[in-house]
Parts: sequence; structure tokens; C-alpha cells
Amino acid sequence: MPELLDPRAIGADLARRDGAAKVRGTATYAFETPVERPAFAQIVQASVPLGRITTVDTSAVDGLPGVLAVLTATTAERLASDEDRELAVLQDDEVAFRGQPVGVVVAETSELARQAADLLRFTYAERTHDSELTVDHPELYAPEKVNAGHPTDTADGDVAAAMATAHATVEQTYATAMYHNNPLEPHATTALWEPAAEVPLTLWDSTQGVHPARAAVAKVFGLDEERIRVVCPYVGGGFGSKGTPHANLVLAAMAARALPGRPVRLALTRQQMFFLAGYRTPTIQRMQLAADRTGRLQAIAIDVVEQTSRIKEFAEQTGVPTRMMYASPNRRTTHRVAPLDVPVPSWMRAPGECPGMFGPEVALDELAEALGMDPVELRIRNEPETDPDSGKPWSSRNLVACLREGAQRFGWAERPPAGHRDGDWLVGTGVASSVYPTMRQATSTATVRFEAGRYAVEIGAADLGTGAWTVLPQIAADALDVPVDDVEVRIGDTRYPTASVAGGSSGTNTWGSAIVVAADAFREKFGGAPSDGDEVSGDVDQAAKDSDHAAYAFGAQFAEVRVHADTGELRVPRLYGVFAAGRIVNPRTARSQLIGGMTMGLSMALHENSVWDPRIGQVVNHDLAEYHIAVNADVADMQAHWLDEHDPFVNVMGSKGIGEIGITGTAAAVVNAVHRATGIRVRDLPVTLDKVLAGLP
Amino acid sequence: MKPFAYARPADVAEAVRTVAGDPGAVFLGGGTNLVDHLKLGVARPDLVVDVRRLTARTIVDLDDGGLRIGAAVTNAELAADRRVRERYPVLAQALLSGATGQLRNQATTGGNPLQRTRCAYFQDVTTPCNKREPGSGCTAVGGSTRNHAILGTPGALPDPTAAETCIATHPSDMAVALAALDALVHVQGPAGERLVPFPELHRLPGDDPSRDTVLAHGELITAIDLPPLPAGARSAYRKVRDRASYAFALVSVAAVVPRDGEVRLALGGVAHRPWRARRAEELLRGAVLTEHAVRAAMEAELAAAQPQPGVDGGNGFKITLVQRTVVATLRDLAPEA
Repeated sequence: MPELLDPRAIGADLARRDGAAKVRGTATYAFETPVERPAFAQIVQASVPLGRITTVDTSAVDGLPGVLAVLTATTAERLASDEDRELAVLQDDEVAFRGQPVGVVVAETSELARQAADLLRFTYAERTHDSELTVDHPELYAPEKVNAGHPTDTADGDVAAAMATAHATVEQTYATAMYHNNPLEPHATTALWEPAAEVPLTLWDSTQGVHPARAAVAKVFGLDEERIRVVCPYVGGGFGSKGTPHANLVLAAMAARALPGRPVRLALTRQQMFFLAGYRTPTIQRMQLAADRTGRLQAIAIDVVEQTSRIKEFAEQTGVPTRMMYASPNRRTTHRVAPLDVPVPSWMRAPGECPGMFGPEVALDELAEALGMDPVELRIRNEPETDPDSGKPWSSRNLVACLREGAQRFGWAERPPAGHRDGDWLVGTGVASSVYPTMRQATSTATVRFEAGRYAVEIGAADLGTGAWTVLPQIAADALDVPVDDVEVRIGDTRYPTASVAGGSSGTNTWGSAIVVAADAFREKFGGAPSDGDEVSGDVDQAAKDSDHAAYAFGAQFAEVRVHADTGELRVPRLYGVFAAGRIVNPRTARSQLIGGMTMGLSMALHENSVWDPRIGQVVNHDLAEYHIAVNADVADMQAHWLDEHDPFVNVMGSKGIGEIGITGTAAAVVNAVHRATGIRVRDLPVTLDKVLAGLP
Repeated sequence: MKPFAYARPADVAEAVRTVAGDPGAVFLGGGTNLVDHLKLGVARPDLVVDVRRLTARTIVDLDDGGLRIGAAVTNAELAADRRVRERYPVLAQALLSGATGQLRNQATTGGNPLQRTRCAYFQDVTTPCNKREPGSGCTAVGGSTRNHAILGTPGALPDPTAAETCIATHPSDMAVALAALDALVHVQGPAGERLVPFPELHRLPGDDPSRDTVLAHGELITAIDLPPLPAGARSAYRKVRDRASYAFALVSVAAVVPRDGEVRLALGGVAHRPWRARRAEELLRGAVLTEHAVRAAMEAELAAAQPQPGVDGGNGFKITLVQRTVVATLRDLAPEA
């Protein structure tokens, strides 16, 4: 068991170090990197959902002054690796999904690039495509593993037998929609190819990890990693969509390589974000719950059906939280995936846990109703002593405390009866649990150097707006035992030591662990009075990794929903979350993370829905006017609280991840509240007014 | 995106002459819709004629007690005008329920009613659309139809390949209020000025869905008159949408209820144009506005409604929703009934 850092700067409510630059607009994002004579690239997309390009007519563009390059499958360079078919752009004449890049135009201005892109003419030999997910899709298969390396299926005991004999059962199918990560800053790159330079390729890219992005580009182009530099000081949001490189980064590099010496800027348009930046698969979740008279679960099962792209597998681990949330002797989880002619799905905030805490947490509410039991009490009654999945003890598990604290803050005991009416509004309350695994990546390195009386800490980490610029100095300060003002942390550049991706809520845990190792080594080597230039590096200490415990953050969310009795309009005047996420490094940035997650969960509950048109194979509502997210007027009294949780097993900071847990369970809490208000159980998201209209008075 | 020329003529006459004489020319008001369309390739003009500074940016009292709104008055200015708020609350409410503060500062009185449908297929140049490209067909039929029309459509299951098929709705909130207020539109064309009653400004798709209004190419809206309402008349705008703000109407209702019971009702989000509910108005003439009477009148109004199936569940819910919204709106306006 590691000894936790003595918190001094850790836990302080420090303002964001990058805040002033962002508010003043002086923080430079990838697309606006100051460069000489930038050229502008525009992606051209396939207008058929499946087929082959038969002709490419560039005649309208050829004579256009200011057009610098037109890259298509016939003119683009051959990539060194086409193993990742999402990244193997412009390598052949096949179209695997509508909107796939079939060309890129580079011009002196962005307007001209856009004009030229419109003037390219492609003809296609179209083939019959299949882009519609159905629960009984004929091509459903069991992937070898699901995302994050989890087993595809698990089973214990006999669910069917328990279902047949239990006092109460729930057997229902739930569905989550297709969702698109839409960070405010779209995917964007400024790329520069200088063949004679020591580091010929520079990519200023909006990414969740400069080193992972560099590794991917190196492989695709067959370049040594040392010959590529990726720079990303600031990110205008990612939500997972910038965690793995997408086609736009390859196209930006290709465009730059076609114009040596000329920096090229490439940003996805908002519409293109709905084709090329990843998304969350729709999920269909068949749930089975069985309970005895006292509410103790006798069986819990989830059978998940979801989609992937035919050219690249991504199998969301939707069934995973069902494996560990509640105690039950009989259990089953399965994942089946339909390969479709669709864009490539990928990470979106809390892949697995986010959709996977919808079906089960609504089903529990249905079970509570069937048992005539308080849904808070039902959850408490099914608290497992050890992890039902691994059998390991918990590193710490405070779900029950979150439920109790949340119930008290929310006034759960005094909540109005089902179907309560207040003027024109029907009022209901709902609860659901939240969970997210606590992870630490295997590799990250930090360097500590004494410079001009201060400590410089360098690590290629990323701050997506999450707070890394601020919390990493807090960790370094405590590890070095100096005031936080004496620490300068530098991140977002492959010139700094290797850092893992900002994903899986693992950034602070991983990078912080490396920083502590480096700081300890620094103190050991140079003591308390170092000289200028003294420097030491440290890696994440694998030996200190605890593998004897199951480590998760938990939470409970409580929603009050109002449904207009005439129109069915839905409002959420109150949404409270209480979380147990280890030691909170910075309450200010943590609150933003948790409230941000809850807002996104609220958005998923009521609004978000990429409307898929299977006739043409694309998202119809592909802009932010029609793809609704929660706006300020939709977010009222939203509160995030946390318990003071001590966990000696997770890492030396005692911190669990907080970037994703906020989005888990939220939609279920809202749906459960809608049911209490109206008596209508909505099992497919989002809950829109048309789904409750028929049940209004 | 296509390059275009930009012109700022000296006066209305020159602007009208310029556009009327050039099939590739368009007027630019606040630009809140046109600029989007330029970027998306939905509009591909050769010449953009800026009329923002050519028409009046004033709201003046008319002798009959009404108001004349210059075409350059912004949505924000109009919504904030004390006379509008006091005498025509339906209009102020409609304006404030639309778009965002930033857009309302930019959008104009002449331009807002001429904004084009938000049909996603219309806005996507890779899909066939009779409104954008006459004769190419309608992708919306059988597609995502949640935001589409239930009234004035070409039939129960329109032929998506037919050139006249269009199930788009008109997106403006302001226009629904103006239709209920029987506003008058001053239109300047090459041959002079004419007046168009607002409820007749917008068309149904008919045999040419590409035309949203009765205006000829080159005709410019210069002002809109609000006739006086009878003393004691009450009015309100009720918009129902998928989130609390920044969303187009699923349905909306503009209602004017004078003391004498001559109710005026206009519906938004249900048709290719702001829909005056003439049949319901007729049935409610002289009647006491009980819930029962209003519901029956709306049932008659909606008897011809055609719900569209769709990949998103379709828009059949609008029939129930608009009826319930009218009932609720009139209940609030005439609570004594």
C-alpha cells in the first residue's frame, strides 16, 4: 500500500492557470497557430453510402488561380500502412460510407478551398448498402473483445432459472440513441512539412494526446517518431473524439507533404463532425432482473446489440457496468455487434458506462415499482461486499454513502407523490447510480528540472479544458514539498516526455503518478537545495500499481422533472449528484468536470439524438441547430457534491478519475423521474414530448 | 461556396431594378439565413444586393391606431418597442421566442418572414430537394419528418419522386404572429408598390415548392403595417419546442381574442406557410371559448391533417400537440370561458 502524498496544494481551490489567456483570447488553438503564409485545406466527401469511384473530374478546378493542390485517390501519396482503414484515406477508389473523404483541396484561402471542393465532380458505381441497426440483424457477431480489452460475454449461475422462480422480475428492452461528440473546437490541424529539417513534420493538432497522435501518424506515413513533432497546448473540448486520430489528421499531413514548406490548415466543418470524428453507437439493451421478496437480486443480465463500421471494429463495452454494480448470484452479460456501412464509431465520454448505466438503472426503477420499494433502498440492499466481476475487494466503494447523502440533500424522503401536479406541471423525482472505473495508464514520463529558482515539470500531457494545466502543478508542488507558485508545468508537446492519452479519466492519475516519481527521484538526488539545471526524469511506477483491488468511483444522481400537462414539454429544474471519487485535487476544476458530465447526461436524456436515415446512410440533423444539446436555459439548479473519500490503493495522490462519471446514470435518473411524474416509462432515449403526450391528462 | 459580387445601391428603386434585372441576384437583409446558405451551397447567387440601409429603421404610429414597421427594424428593436409590447403582445412574444439575442440584433423585419425552411434535406446539397433544385424529388418524405408539415401537403403518402412534392414547414415565429394579426406587407417591385395581406404572403408548395412566397423575383418588402386590434383584444404566442431555448417550433400558436369572440388563430410548424386556422376561427365565431368548443373547432381544422411517417417516428404527434396547445393558449387568454 503506497503512502499517500501529504496534501497541501492538493485540495486547494486554485483558479485555472490557463484561464486568463483563454478569456482574453490569447490562448492559441491548433487552427490559429501563427505561421507564415498558411494555405487552407478542405475535405471532399463521398456522396454515396457504398460503392466505387468511377471518375474524378477536376477540370473545373484545374485552372482556378489560387488552388495549390488537389489530392484524390489517383494523386495522393501511397501511405506506408493501410492497416487502419479509417486512416488509410485516398488509397483506393472504394467508398465504405457516405461522407468518407474522397479528396482534399488546398488553396490560398479557406473560401477558395471550399469553392474548389464544391467544383470537384465524382461519379460512383453505387452498391446496395446496409446502415440500419436492428436487434436481429443477420450479421450480428460476437467480437473477440470489447473496448478497453474487456471480455465480450460473461456468465455466472443460471439467469433463466432465477427468472422463472423469482418473486419479482423485470424483462425489458432499452435503447440509447446515436450520439456525436461535438466539442466547440472542431478537429483541426496546422501541418508543416519541411523535408530538409531535422524534424520534418510538425503538426499543431487539437488532440487528447500528442504522443499517441504522433505514433499513429508515424505508422501511417512510415516515418520515425523522432521525425514528427505534435504540439497542442490547448484543446477546445474532445470528449473522446480527439483521443484517437481520425482521417482529418492524416489528410492534413498529406496536404502539407504535397506542399513542402507551406503550412496547411485543415479544420472539419461542423457538418463534417457528423461523419469523420467518431460517435457513440446506438445501443439496444435487453435487461433481465429477478429479485426475492426483500428486493435482493437473484439475477441480473444484459444482452447488448450495437453497431460498428465494416472497415474498422469498435465494440462499445456497454454491458460492463452490469458486471460489477450489484450483488446477484446469477449473472449474464453479452455483446453482439452489427457491421454496417457507416462511419467509424469511437470513444465518447464514458464509453461503456454511459450507455451501460441507462438500461440497468431504469430496470432497477421498474423493479422497485414492482416490489413497492423505494428505489434508493433497493440499490442499498444490493450492495456487493466484493466486486462481483473479479471477486476482488473494493479499493473503496461508497455508493451507499452517495445515495444517502444525495437523498438527504435532495429531500428524497419528502418528495411529492407519483403524478403530483403543480399548476400546469406534473412533477416527478428519480434516482440512479453512477460509476466509472479508476484507471492508470502503463506509460508516462515526467521530467523535473530546477530553473532559475523554480521547478519546471515537463510532460506531454493534454488539457482538454479539464484542468491539467492547474492540477499537475498542485501534485508536483506537494511531491516536491514546495509552494505551487514555485512550479511551472509544461504540457502539450512531443518535445516533452511521453504521456498517455487524456482518456478513460486516467490523465491526472497517470501523469500525476509519473510526476511524483520524478519529484521523489529529484529530491533523492539533489536534496532540498538543488542547483540550476539539475534534472531528473521519472516513469509511472508499475511496481506500485495495486492489482489486488477493484477500483471504481461511484456516485448517485437525483433528478426533479417537470412535464407540462398540456404539451408534454420536459424541464429538469433540479439535478443533484453526489460522488465518491477519491481525493479531489482541485474542487474548482473538479466541480466543472462533474457538472459538465451531468449536463451532457441531461442532454442525452432529453435532447441528443443523431437521427440516422438508413435510406441514404447518414445523420440527417448534422449541425448544432438541429442536433440539440442542453443549453443554458435547460440547466437550472445543478449541483455536484462529493464525499471526502480516502483510497490508499488507487495511486499516490489517492485520486480517482472524474472526467466521465458525471455523465453516467443521469439519463436513467431523468427517465425514472418522468415515470413518477406521468406514469409513462420511456425506454428509448431521448425522452421527447411526443413520447409522453399520449399519457397526459 | 461560390464567389459572388456585392452591391450596395443608393436607394430602394435601384436595388429593386438591380435584382429584378438579374436572375442571379438576391437581396441581403440581416443575413442570418442567407449567409448560412452561401456557406452550405444552398444559395449560389452571382450578386448579393445589400438593402439593409435602404428601408426605414423606424416604427411609426398610423392614423388608424396601427403601426408601420420599417423593413430594416431589427427583431430585437421590434420586440422591445413599448407600443408593440402593449398592443401586440403576440408579436413581441413570437419575436423573443425565436433565435438568440445575437441573431435578433441582426435579423430584420423584412427578412425574417422570408427565411427559408429548416428542412435538413433542403439544407444538405447532397440530397434531392424540390425546393432547392426543382424537379429533383423530395428526400424528406419517408425520411426524418419530425419537423415537417401535417397541413397543406400534397396527400397522405406523397410521391417522393414527383416534382411538386414538398413537406417542408416555414420556420419563422414572427410570421405566425403577423399572420394572426392580419398584417399588411408593403412590397416594392419594378412596376411600383403593392400591398399583400400577410396571410397571403406565403404559399403552399402547389406545383412549385421552390417558391416560398407570392413575391416575384426583385420584389422587396419595405415595411409591414400592423392594423389596430379591437379595444380589449388579448393576444399571445405559445411556442412548443424540444428544448427551452434556441430551437425551432415543433408547433406554435398565435392567438388574438377580441372581446366580441372573433378569434384569430395562426399555427406554426405545421405547414409550408404560417397556417391561419380559418375553419376553427369560423366555428368559434360568436361562440363561448369553452375547452370543448375549442377542441371541437380544432378537430375540424385538423380533419384534413396528414401525418407523415418517418425514420424518426414521424410527425403524427403534431396533430395532438397543436390541438392541445391551442386549447391551452385560449384557456389562458379567455379564462372566464
